[in-house]
Amino acid sequence: MGALSEEIRERIRAEFPKYPNKRAVTLNALHIVQDAQRQVSIEAMREIAELLELHPAEVHDTMSFYGFFRDEKAPLGKKRVWVCRSISCMLRGGEELLADVCHDLGVKPGETTADGEVTLEFAECLGVCEGAPCVLVNDECYPNMTAESTRELIKKP
Amino acid sequence: MAEFEPVLMARIGKPDATSLASYQADGGYDGLKKALSMAPAEVTDIVKASGLRGRGGAGFPCGLKWTFLPKDHPGPIYLCVNADESEPGTFNNRVIMEGDPHQIIEGIAIACRAIKAQTAYIYLRYEFGKSYRVLQNAIDECYAANLLGKNILGTDFCLDVYLHRGAGAYICGEETGLIESLEGKRAWPRIKPPFPAIEGLFRKPTIVNNIETLACVTHIVRRGVDWFRSMGVPPDPNNPRDPGSFGPKLYCISGHVNKPGCYELPLGVTARQLIEEQGGGVWKGRKVKAVVPGGISMGFLSADELDTPLDFSGPGKAGCLGLGTAAVVVIDDHTSMVDVLFNCCRFMAHESCGQCTPCREGTDWMRKILERIRSGFGKSKDLDLLMEVAGSMGIIPGTTICGLSDGAAWPVKNAIKKFRGEFEEYIAKGMKSELPVLVDAH
Ligand SMILES: Cc1cc2nc3c(=O)[nH]c(=O)nc-3n(C[C@H](O)[C@H](O)[C@H](O)COP(=O)(O)O)c2cc1C
Ligand code: SF4
Ligand code: FES
Repeated sequence: MGALSEEIRERIRAEFPKYPNKRAVTLNALHIVQDAQRQVSIEAMREIAELLELHPAEVHDTMSFYGFFRDEKAPLGKKRVWVCRSISCMLRGGEELLADVCHDLGVKPGETTADGEVTLEFAECLGVCEGAPCVLVNDECYPNMTAESTRELIKKP
Repeated sequence: MAEFEPVLMARIGKPDATSLASYQADGGYDGLKKALSMAPAEVTDIVKASGLRGRGGAGFPCGLKWTFLPKDHPGPIYLCVNADESEPGTFNNRVIMEGDPHQIIEGIAIACRAIKAQTAYIYLRYEFGKSYRVLQNAIDECYAANLLGKNILGTDFCLDVYLHRGAGAYICGEETGLIESLEGKRAWPRIKPPFPAIEGLFRKPTIVNNIETLACVTHIVRRGVDWFRSMGVPPDPNNPRDPGSFGPKLYCISGHVNKPGCYELPLGVTARQLIEEQGGGVWKGRKVKAVVPGGISMGFLSADELDTPLDFSGPGKAGCLGLGTAAVVVIDDHTSMVDVLFNCCRFMAHESCGQCTPCREGTDWMRKILERIRSGFGKSKDLDLLMEVAGSMGIIPGTTICGLSDGAAWPVKNAIKKFRGEFEEYIAKGMKSELPVLVDAH
C-alpha cells in the first residue's frame, strides 16, 4: 500500500456524492492521480480500484482506452505540450510547427525531454481553430503560434 | 442581413460578462423564472413549437426528443450536456462557454425543468481548461444564489449540475459513447435502440443535448417562439419530412480566410456570404478550392457550390453529409486535396474507437492508402479502392454502431467525386507531399 497519499484518496472520495455509483468516478480519479504524480502506476491503478470497489482490470480497461493516461513505463514531464495537427491548424502551418517543436526539443511526439521537463504530444483538433495553429500547455490553449513563440512559451516557468 | 442582432453572442466581450451579477442585470435567469411558473410539459411545448433543432451535428428536433422520455417515470431522469466539442473546425461551444456561461446554465436548468431531471452532467472535453474554470465559477455562483440546489427560487424544483471532464477522445462526443465514458468506462458507443431517452446514463432515461442547443433554449423561453421562428429557413414544401431550420446559428470559420472566428447569423447564410462578409475573404488574395461545410465529417463543397445555403438541408443537397456543426473550413487553391484528405483520414483512424471492424479497419486502410499516395507511390486503382472502402462502412450501409464511420467515409467520397482529376494527376505524376508529416506518429 502507499501509491496514493491520504490527501489524494480524500480528493477522490470527495467525488463520490456527485454520482449514483463509484465506478463513475474512474476518470476523475485517474485525472487526480495523474495530475499529482505525472503517471498512473499499476499500483496506483490497483489502489484506485480498491477505493472504487472495482476489479483492477476494470480500471485498467478504462485507463488504457484513453491515450491520455500514462503508466510508469512512460511518465509525463512537468509540462505537457500539445501541438494541433488537425485540418484548420494544418492549413495554417500546424504540421510544420509540430516538426519544428520536435526538432527544438529533440523528441518525437509522445516523448519526454531527457531533463523530464516537457512531454510533447500531437493533438487532434483542440477546438481553438480560429487561432490556428495552436498549442495547448496542460489545459490552457495558446492561439496563433509560431516556432518562436512556442519556444518562448515552453521556456516560461 | 444588416438588421440581424446577435443573441447567443450578444454579451460576449462585455466587461464582467461571465459574472452572475452582470448576467442578471441583463435580464438573466428571467427565462428560468418563467419556466418555473409553467408546467414542465408547457416548457417542452414551447421548445417543440420553436422548431429548435439540435446544434450538436445531427439536427434532431429538440422538443420532440424530450417527448421520447417515458411518461411519469418514477426514478431519476438525467440531462447530459454535450460539451465534448472535438469535430475538427468546431469551436462555437467553447466561445459561448468561456464568454457567457450563465446563458448555458440557465438553458440547462430550463431543460431540466421541462424533462423533470434533477441532475445534469456537463461532459466537457479535458482540453477546455478555461471553460472548465469559467463554468465551475458560474455554477458556484448559482448555488450561492439558490439558482441551483434545493428548492430553487422557493419552488419545489431541485437541480444539481456537475462538470465532468473527459480525457481526450473524439468518440466521447457521440451521445452513447459520452454516456459510457461518464459511467467510468471506455467510450464505446452503444447499439441503439434502446435510445438514451429510454435507457441512457446509469440505465435511466436520459437526454443528451449540445451546449449551443441549450443556449438557444434560454432565449426561446425568454423571447418566445415567434422570435425564434422569425429567423432561418422554413420547411421545404416539397419535402414533408423537412422541419425547417429556424433560429440563430453560431458559424465557425477557419482555415484560409482573413478573419477566422465564430459568427452568429440566421440559419441559411451561404458559404460564400460567410467567407466574404464574415471571414474577410480568402487570405493572400487567393481563390477557394474547397470548403468543409460543417466539420470534416460532412465532406466538401467545391468552389462551384459556394452558394449552398448552410441550413440543415443545404449541404445535403450538394452531396455533403449534412450541416454538421456548421464549422466552415476554407481551403485555398494552393492546397493539395491529397494533403487535406490525408489529414481527415488520419484523424478518423486515430479516433475510431475500434469496436466495429469496418470502421477500425476501414479508417486505417484509407489512411494508409492516402499515405502511400502522398509519398508518391499511389496506384491508379487506389481511388476506386478508397471509394469501395468508404462505401462499405457506416450507419448508412448498416455496418457500424455509430456515425463516426459515416463521417470518416464522407470526406473520402466527396473528395474523390468532386476532385478526381486532381487525385489522378497526383498519382500519375507520382507527386509527393511537401508537408513534414511525422509518419510514425499515429
Ligand atoms: C462521432 C461523433 C461525434 C460527436 N461529437 C459531438 C460533440 O462533440 N458534441 C455534440 O454536441 N454532439 C456530438 N455528436 C452528436 C451527438 O451524438 C448527439 O447527437 C448530440 O449531442 C445531441 O445533441 P443535440 O440534439 O442538442 O444536437 C457526435 C456524434 C458522433 C457520431
Ligand atoms: S463506428 Fe467506429 S467509432 Fe463508432 S462504435 Fe463503431 S468502431 Fe467505434
Ligand atoms: S484544427 Fe487545430 S484547433 Fe481545431
